[in-house]
Amino acid sequence: MDFAFMGQAFMTLIAGIPLTLQLAFSSVALGAVLALVLAAMRQSGILPLDWFARGYVFVFRGTPLLVQVFLIYYGLGQFRPTLQEWGLWTFFREPYWCALTALTLNTAAYASEIIRGGLQSVPHGQVEAARACGMPRGLLFRRIVFPIAVRQALPGYSNEIILMVKATSLASIITMMEVTGLAHKLISQTFRAIEVFVVAGAIYLLLNFAVTRIVMAVEHWLSPHLRPPPTPIATPPEAAHV
Amino acid sequence: MTIAKFVGLALVAGLLGAGPAGAQAQKTVRIATEGAYEPWNFTGAGGQLQGFEIDLANDLCRRMNAKCEISAQDWDGIIPSLQAGKFDAIMAGMSITEEREKAIQFSRAYANAPNGLVVEKTSALAKMPLTGERFDLGRDEAGARKAIEQMKPLLKGKTVGVQGSTTHAAFAEKYLKGTAEIREYKSTEAHDLDLAAGRVDAILADSTALQGTLKKPEFKGYAMVGPNFNGGVLGRGVGVGLRKADAELKGQFDKAVQEAVADGTVKTLSEKWFGLDITPRS
Repeated sequence: MDFAFMGQAFMTLIAGIPLTLQLAFSSVALGAVLALVLAAMRQSGILPLDWFARGYVFVFRGTPLLVQVFLIYYGLGQFRPTLQEWGLWTFFREPYWCALTALTLNTAAYASEIIRGGLQSVPHGQVEAARACGMPRGLLFRRIVFPIAVRQALPGYSNEIILMVKATSLASIITMMEVTGLAHKLISQTFRAIEVFVVAGAIYLLLNFAVTRIVMAVEHWLSPHLRPPPTPIATPPEAAHV
Repeated sequence: MTIAKFVGLALVAGLLGAGPAGAQAQKTVRIATEGAYEPWNFTGAGGQLQGFEIDLANDLCRRMNAKCEISAQDWDGIIPSLQAGKFDAIMAGMSITEEREKAIQFSRAYANAPNGLVVEKTSALAKMPLTGERFDLGRDEAGARKAIEQMKPLLKGKTVGVQGSTTHAAFAEKYLKGTAEIREYKSTEAHDLDLAAGRVDAILADSTALQGTLKKPEFKGYAMVGPNFNGGVLGRGVGVGLRKADAELKGQFDKAVQEAVADGTVKTLSEKWFGLDITPRS
C-alpha cells in the first residue's frame, strides 16, 4: 500500500466531509421531528392516525433506502409537469433536496419506533405518582415522561445516527459529491480502489467515533442516578491496621 | 477426521476436478461489459446481453478459438476488477487513453467515434454553432479549443451531465470546468433520464450512444448540436482492455481485431448496430 498516495486521497476526500455531515445532521434533525409526530400518532389512540403511522413505518422500514432514493429522484423526475403545477419542482429538481428527503423520511420511520419504545418504557407507577400530585398533562410530559423516555431511547437512537452518517453515502448515486462520491471519482482517475476505499472507510470511522463520543456524553449527563455517589474525600486512618 | 486429512482430501479433490478442464484445448476468456450502454452493449428485454460489442466479442473469440463468458459489470469499478482478476478482458466501449494505459493495456482499436452534445430543441442551447463539424483534439488542439470557446457563451451557467469515469467526464473536466456545472452519473441511462426530467440542460457522451438515446420516443424533442470532438483526452478509439501482464492474450486479441477489421466484420456489425461505419482508420 502506498501511504503517500493515501495521504493525497485523504486530502481529496475531506472536501466531501461538510456535505456528508450536512446531509447526516439535517436528516437526523428533521427526521427526529417527524418521528416525534409519528410516535405521538401511534400513542394517540385515534385509530386513523395510529393506522397511518403504522403504515408509514411499515413502508419506509420495509423497503431499501437505495430504492427510496431512486424513487424520489428518478421516479419523481417522471412527473415533472404535475410537480411544476404544484410548484414543487424547484425542490425536487435538486439532487440535494431529493437526497435529504429520502434520508429524512427513512430515518423518521426507524426513529419513531425507537421513541415509541422509549415512551412505553416509562414506568406506570411514576406517571401515576405524578398524577396523584395533581400534575397537569403538559408538565407531567415535560418533567416525568420525556426525560425518562429520552434516556431509555438514547442507546437505540445513537445506533440510528451512526447508520444515517453511513447512509449518506447513497447520495453519491444521485450525483452528490460527498465522501463516497469523491472516492468514486478519485478511483476513476487513479484506478486504485483499495487505497481510496480504505481512506474513505477511515473517514466514516472517524466521523462515527465523534458521534459515539457525543452520544456517550449526553447519556452520562442524562443519567445522574446511575453514577456512583461521589467518594468521600478524607479516608479514615484505621485502614492502616489492616 | 483430522483437519490435516480433511485439507489433504480437499486438495486431492480439487486437483482431480481441475484436471480434465485444464487438459481441454479451448481456453476460457472471461469478458466484462457494462450492459447499460446502448447500442454498444446493453441488457435486452429478456435479460440477455446484446449489442455491437457482444456480437464482436463472440466473433473475436471464434477467431481466437476460445470459449467466451461475457458478463455485465458496473462501469466505475471495471478497471480495478480487471486488475483484481475477476475477469480477463473489458469490452465496454472503453476508449484507449494515456490515463488508463497507466493501469492496464489495450488491444488495437476496434472502433472510433466522436463525442456529441444533446439538448432540448426548444432550449437556448439548440442554437449551438458548428453543428456537425468534427475536431481532433490530438492532431489540431488549437482548432478544437477555438471551437470550444465558441460553445462556451451558450454553456455558461448551464448544467451538463456526463457519465463518471469516462473520457467524456475527462473532456468536461478539462475544457468546460468553470463554464458549466458538471454532474457525474453512474450510467448514460441515468443522465438520459435527468435530461428528460430537465435536471440537466445538456448531456455529453459518445455520439453513437447519443444516437441510440435520440431514437427513443421520449427524446423526440431533443437533438445533437454543436461540433463533435475526438482524439486527445477522448482517446484513440475503443479497444479491448487487458491486464498488463497478459501479453499472450493481448497478442491474440490484436490479431483477432485486425482480422475482423480487415475482412469487414467490424464494418458490418457497426452498420447493424449504429447505422454508420465507425471502423477505426489505421
